[in-house]
Amino acid sequence: MHDIATQASNFIDLTTTTAVYLFIVGFIGGLVSGFIGSGGAFVLTPAMMSLGVPGLVAVASNMCHKFPKALIGAIKRYRYGQVDVKLGVIMGISGEAGVLYGASIQEKIKHAFGDAGSNLYVSVAFVVVLGIVGSIILKDVLRSYKNQTTNEEEKVTALARWVQSIHIPGTMVYFKSLNARISVLFTIPLGFATGILAATIAVGGFVGVPSMMYVLGAPGLMASATELVIAFVMGVGGSLKYALHGLVDIRLAMLILGGSLFGIQLGAIGTTYVKPFMIKVVMATIMMIVLFSRGLMIPVYLAQLGVISPLGDSMVKMLKSTSFAIMILALLIGAFIILKAIIKGLIAEHQLNLKLAVKQQTVSGGR
Amino acid sequence: MAGNIDKFRKKHYGKAIVLGIVSLVLYTILFTEQHVLNEVFAKGGYFALLPIATAFLFSFVHGNFTGNFWDIIGISAKKEKR
Repeated sequence: MHDIATQASNFIDLTTTTAVYLFIVGFIGGLVSGFIGSGGAFVLTPAMMSLGVPGLVAVASNMCHKFPKALIGAIKRYRYGQVDVKLGVIMGISGEAGVLYGASIQEKIKHAFGDAGSNLYVSVAFVVVLGIVGSIILKDVLRSYKNQTTNEEEKVTALARWVQSIHIPGTMVYFKSLNARISVLFTIPLGFATGILAATIAVGGFVGVPSMMYVLGAPGLMASATELVIAFVMGVGGSLKYALHGLVDIRLAMLILGGSLFGIQLGAIGTTYVKPFMIKVVMATIMMIVLFSRGLMIPVYLAQLGVISPLGDSMVKMLKSTSFAIMILALLIGAFIILKAIIKGLIAEHQLNLKLAVKQQTVSGGR
Repeated sequence: MAGNIDKFRKKHYGKAIVLGIVSLVLYTILFTEQHVLNEVFAKGGYFALLPIATAFLFSFVHGNFTGNFWDIIGISAKKEKR
């Protein structure tokens, strides 16, 4: 952060088009985050950078919109009984340490290998993490479809049952989302990993939510809602760190927040209309598409580092724009699935209300 | 039942209008005074608390507004809580 003064004075001029663009991207990002607990933010940093915002300012402004958004989402979903505050705070604190550690790794890589090295590290992290975690969720989703168990309650995995069976004196805490006492020695590394990922690819939830589901045994709805608490705790600390260096462009952060607060409320409402299984469907879909998007950029960075032979300018441009377009597509597909589920749920409830009203009228008419 | 719905909507209309106006005022100030705010917020150090406080303020006002907004247009959570 040596070039802070330069970065801070490089806040871009805002036009109406820019403002509307950020508001809309914020809305879609918020919708996805409200539903799966995270996942909207990965597109915001590149979206801001595509407008000419310097990298660090984009990361800082993204972070500064994320924590108030997560706060509102967490409050909303708490009202639906989906949040485990204790688990969220404990994982959030270890996540904060992970964010700091992840950021220091980033700085070291940037210092040693420059921007191309840093970008390559981020893209490889995307591909490896989303490849592993995304495959696990996708496999789970496909198995549920195959066994026609999409309507059934989620089963606790064998790993989670083992974690819940371990008793380490002095470290056991009861978590309502698990309905069990587990050792915080399991939650600390998971929170830490979530933080490292948040500092690397901006979406810690891609590790946080699956780890709560598959390692700790939390239901999908509670895991995704609790992730909002983790994002809030990590986001406050992260934003403060960037703000201390004057890197937050408050106009960008509040513009995205403006759209994302509409989105997050809607996404949270959506969770009350769907089967818990849908959280996994949306998460797996987004993860697999984003993996493909980031994978496309790996040859570009390898060429910049001289590992492979240089690519032509037109090829680099084509790969960059295709990657960005696929990333936007991932978010749009996620938003589409969520909106479809909400509309379907609202129609079903409306029809049920009508049936009840008719039944009530018939009963009172018969008296 | 219809009376209850009307009462519910009226309550949310009132809140949404007040919060919507406050939110609009906040965004107007943010953009009309953007040069001053950018300069002050970019100072870092103790001034770092300003963007954090601003984010909390906007999330409180605008977040409550958006919640009421979806309620008054009839999009609210399923009644049966999970």
